[in-house]
Amino acid sequence: MRVLVAKPGLDGHDRGAKVIAYLLKDAGMDVIYTGLHKSVDQIVEMAIQEDVDVIGLSIMTGGHLPIMQKLMQKLREKKVDDILVTVGGVISRSDVAKLKELGASAVFPGGTKFNEIVTFFKEEAPKLRKAI
Amino acid sequence: MSGSMYYKEGEEIKEVILESGIKVKPLYTPEDLKHWDYEKDLGLPGKFPYTRGIHPGMYRKRPWTTRQYSGFGTPKETNERFKFLIANGQTGLNVAYDLPTQLGLDSDDPKAEGEVGRVGMAVDTLRDYEVAFEGIDLERIGSGLTINAVASIALAMYQAVAEKYGFSLSKISATPQNDILKEMVGRGMWIFPVEPSIKLIGDTIEYSSKVMPRTYPVSVCGYHIRESGANPVQEISYAFEIAIAYIDHVLERGLDIDNFVGRISFNLDIYGNLFEQICKFRAARRLWARTIKERYGAKDPRSLQFRMLAGGGGAGLTKQQPENNIVRGAYYALIATLSGTQTSALCSFDEAYTIPTPKSALISLMTFHILAEEMGLRDTIDPLAGSYYVEALTSEMEEKIKEEMKRVEEIGGMAHAVATGYVQREVARQAYEQEKAIEEGRLIKVGVNKYEVPEDEKDVELHEYDSRVLDEQVKRLREVKAERSSSLVLKTLKDLEVAARDGKNVMPYLVEAVKAYATIGEMTAVLKDVYGEFKEPSIF
Repeated sequence: MRVLVAKPGLDGHDRGAKVIAYLLKDAGMDVIYTGLHKSVDQIVEMAIQEDVDVIGLSIMTGGHLPIMQKLMQKLREKKVDDILVTVGGVISRSDVAKLKELGASAVFPGGTKFNEIVTFFKEEAPKLRKAI
Repeated sequence: MSGSMYYKEGEEIKEVILESGIKVKPLYTPEDLKHWDYEKDLGLPGKFPYTRGIHPGMYRKRPWTTRQYSGFGTPKETNERFKFLIANGQTGLNVAYDLPTQLGLDSDDPKAEGEVGRVGMAVDTLRDYEVAFEGIDLERIGSGLTINAVASIALAMYQAVAEKYGFSLSKISATPQNDILKEMVGRGMWIFPVEPSIKLIGDTIEYSSKVMPRTYPVSVCGYHIRESGANPVQEISYAFEIAIAYIDHVLERGLDIDNFVGRISFNLDIYGNLFEQICKFRAARRLWARTIKERYGAKDPRSLQFRMLAGGGGAGLTKQQPENNIVRGAYYALIATLSGTQTSALCSFDEAYTIPTPKSALISLMTFHILAEEMGLRDTIDPLAGSYYVEALTSEMEEKIKEEMKRVEEIGGMAHAVATGYVQREVARQAYEQEKAIEEGRLIKVGVNKYEVPEDEKDVELHEYDSRVLDEQVKRLREVKAERSSSLVLKTLKDLEVAARDGKNVMPYLVEAVKAYATIGEMTAVLKDVYGEFKEPSIF
């Protein structure tokens, strides 16, 4: 599994993104971190270039819905249909469902257990990828 | 990992290791203070080495300042919130800016989309400051300006607005955060590369010492470094090394240490073990005094005094059972006041979800009033002094901080350590280890990994983002652009560019551009053109 941990937009709070990057690395994945202040276009570009299996968005500002919408649109425009997208950050329960409707394979609101995240990337993500 | 506080299974505590890696004994006795010297290590408050506080009278004379972080959407809303907090006994303001402003982007910049006014006040031109500070006595109320990469511009605007409203520049007191190195470690609001960023900070220090002498031009933030995952020892040692990087730069300009070092203040974090935090602050105060005296030969007692804002940090709060955060906040406030801080503030209980609502911000403010008025925290100075445990732990913390400082200096100092990603890597690794310790139950968080209560998600009231903020802000920006003299703007921007290229102090040129109603985006673009942009070092 190759995962692009991505920080879209202007927000600079990347403690969560870095912790997840370490977690996934420890779990044996290839992890690439975009760094801060990336536009959706830049993230999609990096995802294609690095040939990743999953884009993991980290969003702490509450702007996750419009960002997710934009990202999915950009992926469609680029005819990319084999990259999974997950979202983590400050996300209310009601927005979890909305993010999934928009195309998120998994949503990890703050406080999600490490186990749950690792299980998704190790077990569910490969199945979802195969199904594509 | 340099350790975590954990209790083994069962009732009896077998071993306690603090986050800083210090082992806590079951009992402390005079034996633990064998090498401790009353005169040398403690002394009186207001006297070197200031372990007990930097003022002789401390809170008996004057209570701590409470400065809740606030700033919402538009300058007008911010102005209303300021007046509300002042009416409820707040004695200093703390301005939050939205992300575009912190990154030097105007509200109509496409990159600002969706972020205008979201996490703080949007500022494009001086006009926004005129609205935000309308009716506020800037000679009586000091303002923290939570901005870093473009703190120089924010400070220039503060000067301009004070002049506009007729306040004396010798009486106003601004505390721009203005600590770019910590932005590169955590928080991420950087623009320019390391060296020119430090140069800009030097400009603000040099300029304000002459023009606005009551300014605290830099607030070095261990706070965000700890929020990003650092342990308490790393928090203080990295903050000290950052301050040293700024001091060394300013000294190269030929300024005298006693002319400016007393105006550098610190913004530090409170969460975690109560005694570890209290001793961290006492150790920091003592070590700072010793460092400035021994390393720089400062003579003015004010140069040796460690001024701090100790704030209850968001990283200690939990999303689970958010009401418990009110209790945590009360303990953080207790820590702050037992530590002899000058200023304090709390993250409000709902900050795991949202920007504080007026109600939660008021609870934070009242927490401090309760300590001061009901609990007797102003009654006597440094009441913990002389405790075997507190004094022994203070000394151990001081030693640990010195060791970590040495490590940074050995690899070439803080500017280098940040440019190469050393500190970022250390802090991110520590964050991961801390989360893992929580996950594995070695570090207890009540309601998270112990005493969990099944609950319905959040009944907390949310601060909603209002998209009308953007329209209002862009409208005002257009109005200002239509009214201002374009030729004057162009001239002041050109002057700024030339000054920046010539390596002059850019502050006077920024003030002129601000007064001509140049936008933050325009001024930042000029500086970016000259200085370039910071490239994040890869840490994975």
